[in-house]
Amino acid sequence: MDIKYAAAATFSSAKELYDAAGKVKDEGYSNWECFSPIPVHGLDAQMGYARSKVPRFTLAGGVTGFFTGMLIVWFMNEFDYPLIVGGKPYFSPIYPFPVFYELTILFAAFGTLFGMFFLNRLPQHNHPVFEHPEFGRTGDDKFMIVIEVEDPKFDDEQTVNFLKEVGGQAVQIIREPID
Amino acid sequence: MSEVKEVEEHEILKKVDPAPWKDVPLVLNNRDYKWVTDKICGIVEAKTPTWWWWCFITALCIASFTGMGLVYLVSTGVGVWGNNNPVNWGWAIVNFVFWIGIGHAGTLISAVLCLLKQKWRTSINRASEAMTVFAVLCAGIFPLFHVGRVWFAWWLFPIPNANAIWPQFRSPLEWDVFAVSTYATVSILFWYMGMIPDMAVLRDRATETWRKYFYGFFAMGWRNANNHWRNFEMAYLLLAGLSTPLVLSVHTIVSFDFAVANLPGWHTTIFPPYFVAGAIFSGFGMVLTLLLPVRAVFGLRDLITQKHIDNMCMITLATGSLVGYAYAMEFFIAWYGANSYEGFAFINRAFGNYWWSYWIMVSCNVICPQLFWFKKIRQNTPLVWIISIFVNVGMWFERFVIANTTLSRDFLPSSWGYYSPTVVDIFTFFGTFGFFSVLFLLFLRFLPLMPMCEVKSVMPQADPHADH
Repeated sequence: MDIKYAAAATFSSAKELYDAAGKVKDEGYSNWECFSPIPVHGLDAQMGYARSKVPRFTLAGGVTGFFTGMLIVWFMNEFDYPLIVGGKPYFSPIYPFPVFYELTILFAAFGTLFGMFFLNRLPQHNHPVFEHPEFGRTGDDKFMIVIEVEDPKFDDEQTVNFLKEVGGQAVQIIREPID
Repeated sequence: MSEVKEVEEHEILKKVDPAPWKDVPLVLNNRDYKWVTDKICGIVEAKTPTWWWWCFITALCIASFTGMGLVYLVSTGVGVWGNNNPVNWGWAIVNFVFWIGIGHAGTLISAVLCLLKQKWRTSINRASEAMTVFAVLCAGIFPLFHVGRVWFAWWLFPIPNANAIWPQFRSPLEWDVFAVSTYATVSILFWYMGMIPDMAVLRDRATETWRKYFYGFFAMGWRNANNHWRNFEMAYLLLAGLSTPLVLSVHTIVSFDFAVANLPGWHTTIFPPYFVAGAIFSGFGMVLTLLLPVRAVFGLRDLITQKHIDNMCMITLATGSLVGYAYAMEFFIAWYGANSYEGFAFINRAFGNYWWSYWIMVSCNVICPQLFWFKKIRQNTPLVWIISIFVNVGMWFERFVIANTTLSRDFLPSSWGYYSPTVVDIFTFFGTFGFFSVLFLLFLRFLPLMPMCEVKSVMPQADPHADH
């Protein structure tokens, strides 16, 4: 048993993909995606994507890191076990600055990586698009546009014809096997 | 009047013959995407070459020296390290700073050159990042064991222990713990994240089951979708932006280990920038040492071109000259500061008991890279490789000079001494080269040594507005 997942068309260059993506967007499709071996410059705007939200995770990580640094130095050297060393104050925002600084970067980096994972919904080791026989080549030298069945404008015949019109080669339906 | 002027301009324009701007392609011989994929994946997918086994076994044997040195040290007691000499930091701090410094070029290439939009970095950044990670691992061994009782090394971290004592944050050595562990972690994150799309390519090409699982696991289900790329590119840029201040801070904090101490020859404000320049210098030396053989063995001349070598040589030249300037400025300030102890420390550096190490340092770090002014030399790959070895040697001696000349001649002549390495010093240091090589060989064998997606991005085919 399988169910229809999407219609897919391959393209052989970044330019073809870029031009076709603009047409797909103008046609009014909403559940669709481009696949490419490289991040194609300007494709986000062409597809109508907004700016990535990863920076929010980075900022949250950075702020958390900075205050974590302050908290551990204050707690350990001023609150829990004050110890006079070199006549310096127990806590100051100045001398342990390297610690705050490093923890800011450390937490911001974790925020960035995990933010990227979260926004990309990774890890997700299976996906219907992997069923496409040519999918592996989208990491190599092929470009692909996939319009999902869930799209309100999707129509078996029309969508396939449309993909052919915009220059898609090897247009085919991706089917997702189910038990 | 205006007519006359117009005629004049025309005359001038006729005479002007602007030289055509020759934009050297970053990938030679008009290679296509498929070639790049097959080339890089082919290295990982091919049968293990015989030379690889020979190198790997040799590297393992060399690495075992570190193991032997450490077993002897830990089982006998820290006294056999020779740390009761006035130069109680001995080779340990020298090796630590040496390895950490080497790591810095990898971050410079992956982060700073990314922010500066230097497209040529793409074919060398993965291997350089790998070098960074492995060099930091080698560096970590020395302070870890130098704490004396290594089984208490975890006390360096803010983890509760049975004595209810916390780390002491007023010490630069504690800042170092944070700087180096953050550096190692962020370098690994950056390295790994850049590899995700390439892991997905290897996953999709894999035929053996173990490869599908191994690369599939690390690829995290990456789909090459534009939505993925969008967040990936942003995250990559942000990590580059975070790594840049990080790499500058790490060697700054390493230099605080010296500069915060009240010792002549160490207690100077020039240390942070001088250490960072030196670190980048030594790192580029190591990148050249590693990548020139890799380029020859795997036939990567179309990807690591003469332009790449030229650029790396020129950065080595620039940072080597900066380091030379710092050496001169240290001497000048020692004289200008009119502090007799500081003055003595520097005269002693150049002409005292360790004069030979000072002059090895100057000839390797300041004089040797000046050869890179000449195009003929930059184009002579074996010679570039030999010079890069001199850079590595010179930078080890720089740290040796800084650490040893000051400690062996401190304020009280009664505590003066001459430091010679012990067998523990020699074994552990020699072995780290094997340890580093083992890791680098494993990297070459199992991981994509160039970021395919980034190399493809700087090829002319990547332009969505160009006609092909």
